[in-house]
Amino acid sequence: MKFGVVVFPGSNCDQDCFYVIKDVLGKPVKYIWHKDTDLDGFDCIILPGGFSYGDYLRTGAIARFSPAMKSIAEFSGKGGTVIGICNGFQILLEAGLLPGAMLRNRDLHFICRYVYIKTENNTTRFTGLYNAGQILKVPIAHNEGNYYIDAVGLKELRDNNQIVFRYCSATGEVSEQFNPNGALDNIAGIINRKGNVLGMMPHPERSAEKELGSEDGYFIFQSIVQWLEKRRTW
Amino acid sequence: MVKPDVYHSLGLSDKEYQHILKILKRTPSNTELAMFSVEWSEHCGYLCSRKWLKLLPKTGKYKTLIGEDSGGIILDDLAIVFKMESHNHPSQVEPKQGAATGVGGIIRDIFTAGARPIACLNSLRFGLLNQAYNKYLLRGVVNGIQFYGNCVGVPTVGGEIYFDESYSGNCLVNAMCIGVAKKEQLMRARAFGAGNAIIYVGSSTGRDGIGGCSILASNEFKEGQDKRPTVQIGDPFTEKCLIEATLEAINTGYLVGIKDMGAAGITCCTSEMASAGNSGMDVELEDVPRREENMEPWEIMMSESQERMLVCVKKGKEEQIKKIFLKWDLNASVIGRVTDDGLVTIRDNGKIVAQINAHSLTKAPIYDISYRKPGYLRKLNKLELSKIPDSKDYNKVLLKLLAAPSITNKAWVYQQYDHMVQTNTLVLPGSDAAVLRLPTTKYGGSASGGKRTNKGIAATTDCNSRYCFLNPYRGAQIAVIEAARNLACSGAHPAAVTDCLNFGNPKKPESFWQFKNCVEGIRDACRSFNVAVVSGNVSFYNESPKSAINPTPAIGMIGILNDVNKACSQNFKQEGDAIILLGYCREELGATEYLKEIHHLTKGDVPQLDLKLEQAVQKTTLKAIEKGLVNSAHDCSEGGLAVALAECCVSNKDKMIGANIDNLNYNMRLDALLFGESQSRIILSCSKDSAGKIRKIALEFKAPFYVIGKTGGRVLRILNGIEELIYLSLEDLNEEWNGSLKKKIEG
Repeated sequence: MKFGVVVFPGSNCDQDCFYVIKDVLGKPVKYIWHKDTDLDGFDCIILPGGFSYGDYLRTGAIARFSPAMKSIAEFSGKGGTVIGICNGFQILLEAGLLPGAMLRNRDLHFICRYVYIKTENNTTRFTGLYNAGQILKVPIAHNEGNYYIDAVGLKELRDNNQIVFRYCSATGEVSEQFNPNGALDNIAGIINRKGNVLGMMPHPERSAEKELGSEDGYFIFQSIVQWLEKRRTW
Repeated sequence: MVKPDVYHSLGLSDKEYQHILKILKRTPSNTELAMFSVEWSEHCGYLCSRKWLKLLPKTGKYKTLIGEDSGGIILDDLAIVFKMESHNHPSQVEPKQGAATGVGGIIRDIFTAGARPIACLNSLRFGLLNQAYNKYLLRGVVNGIQFYGNCVGVPTVGGEIYFDESYSGNCLVNAMCIGVAKKEQLMRARAFGAGNAIIYVGSSTGRDGIGGCSILASNEFKEGQDKRPTVQIGDPFTEKCLIEATLEAINTGYLVGIKDMGAAGITCCTSEMASAGNSGMDVELEDVPRREENMEPWEIMMSESQERMLVCVKKGKEEQIKKIFLKWDLNASVIGRVTDDGLVTIRDNGKIVAQINAHSLTKAPIYDISYRKPGYLRKLNKLELSKIPDSKDYNKVLLKLLAAPSITNKAWVYQQYDHMVQTNTLVLPGSDAAVLRLPTTKYGGSASGGKRTNKGIAATTDCNSRYCFLNPYRGAQIAVIEAARNLACSGAHPAAVTDCLNFGNPKKPESFWQFKNCVEGIRDACRSFNVAVVSGNVSFYNESPKSAINPTPAIGMIGILNDVNKACSQNFKQEGDAIILLGYCREELGATEYLKEIHHLTKGDVPQLDLKLEQAVQKTTLKAIEKGLVNSAHDCSEGGLAVALAECCVSNKDKMIGANIDNLNYNMRLDALLFGESQSRIILSCSKDSAGKIRKIALEFKAPFYVIGKTGGRVLRILNGIEELIYLSLEDLNEEWNGSLKKKIEG
């Protein structure tokens, strides 16, 4: 089993993701340079947070054209596991691997703080180790996390159980009051229809160790590991 | 012959021009004159301050490293490199880009030393928020810091913001960065070895920032002058690439030296690297990557375009190094060679446009500046307490102080900064000091991989400039000591200092007296803690027609935690804990936030300072935390005991805990008891069983120890004897402390 962490020149959570996979989970991991196209041998690709190519334009708007993203689109087309975190989620939206778009946060500020999210779908390969409805404490750090999709798209997401995480209170109440960035329907993370591509704004790699204040995010990576291992023994 | 108005316009005096003639033994060319003007500006040359800066201790209990552009300490096999620097005038002119490029510049000073930047802090000062322009400045500066820091991927973990009239017309933006390197990977900013290559890397050169240091940073502000073209524009994405490429290049072992092109651009890099390496340099400007047409040689030499560096590379290894920078899509161009003639030779298409001895260019004259005790002190230091009415409604006073911009919670600011990236931040912003675990550096300076040490670092910045205005010597001492106290409260041993000395016009004797006394205060306080000043920066001319700033020697301090898992924060953790006060409350009201906010007075002398008592209180706190006895620790500073207790109650918004303080028995003015700012006081909370053990530690260090109450409930209640002084609900405290800044800025 091998994880790959994509490195765009402006990625800045690449080393954090690499560290969590290698040192916290103890699994093999390699960096994938944005100009590389060879994804042979990888089982899961992580698109990390950061500012891909500076993001002076719309976030992820340039990254979608990078050589690595072309290969990742093929990889996901064949059912490969892809997780986009923060900027990675924004890039997945731009690349059309996930539906919808990101707007600037409701109050037009960058927000960095802990939030609570509710696990709305624990039947995915990314969330298998969570209980249904489990509340996770994870940090967000973004300027553009105000998720938007049109009414038809939202209905599809709901009908197909594609909303994986929603912002909520510490006790699980999902309401506007506990929505940090104005995201439609409190959406914090979604999955594609096939179930192999996850995008989420909160940072599980920043909450994968107890000493950092929360290890709730650890189980996303561990869920992937478990899913990959099971698949292998089939 | 050069006409006086030409060199005057570059900021050079008649005397300095004569000095230049003596060095060159001929008339300087335009380019040479420009080079002298920037190197001999106060900003780069420290003409007025150098004599006094020599007073600051360069050694302390941790082994120190003093480099050209930064300094640090050795911790086992790691080097912790850090520095604070001002970007005041650019921020006053264009707050977003001024602050952004301040952050960019200080980060470059750290990674050019070979260290991976792991944290930023900033110390900010603005005029009062009831003026629209000050609000604009605050928003712009915060926007600039978040724009740059978030993108570049270095967490902004702490800092401070104060508001005072004296900063209307001249805000202060002091940025600090901390980096970590393997000891053997440290780089110096020097060039030597004849024939070695000088490679220009990073962004291309434009006309932005020409004269930034000589004109903008080394003069007072005058109204109506358009100085916008002297402010640079920041590009954090390029800087992020530069960090990675530079650390990768250093890893090859082919670099001789490296320096950031900050203030004074190529002039500064060529002359200072040659001078530091006791060598010369022959540079061809034609090979400098440019973004504008028809630039004159002097413009190229003075440009302060951002995200550029000069690298000295071993002969024959040029292509390997260029390849690394090109991989990150950065410019990399060999622009010259090291020589052994001691001269900086600048050519334009082969033709020599400047040739100056590197040492003479970089050794700016040192001035002996006269100073005089300011007249205002005699009048303002006198404070007759009997003439100040004791405010009877202490609840109202406490709520007002909690809402005062200098005291109130700064979450509106720090939540706009990514303070968690790199996943080392253990104690987040909002407590006495930020605490970081140390990254491992196994993979060539990468923050990831390898075994982690148990040790950690804490960092804080501090300066109460009202204290420094009313008593520069003691005010500066308190800035150092309070920084140390903040570190002790987080469980860290004070280890080393960087200072950013912000003052008015040094040519005014009263202003220079403030500077001299502050430097002496820093020296004595650092000696008492046996910590060195490893790096720093001086910013003079912080004056505008509206005001001269309060003397503001901002102190950045690093502390070491022997076991990072013992890190402590300020908020009460559980109900039923004992609340302990270490230290004495004295009847002191001079220079307090209380006098300022409630009685509108900036008066009196600053609180007394007893260095022995301070040591006793800090050592007790540290030992108690290291023994795992303490649940929370918070120092008493602006707003005194009442504000500190309120902060302990509400600083964790998700888990607020009340307190019942029913064991105070002081015979003094009650406003002084609640809001006086006596030094050397720390509030601890601990489980009931631990209180006795902490008492024993306090006895050992001879620290005053009082159990003053216990945590619990939904109210903060403070009694003196049987008289109830404060009775406020947590919701009321929280509303003022957590909600006020946002309201004042956005409302």
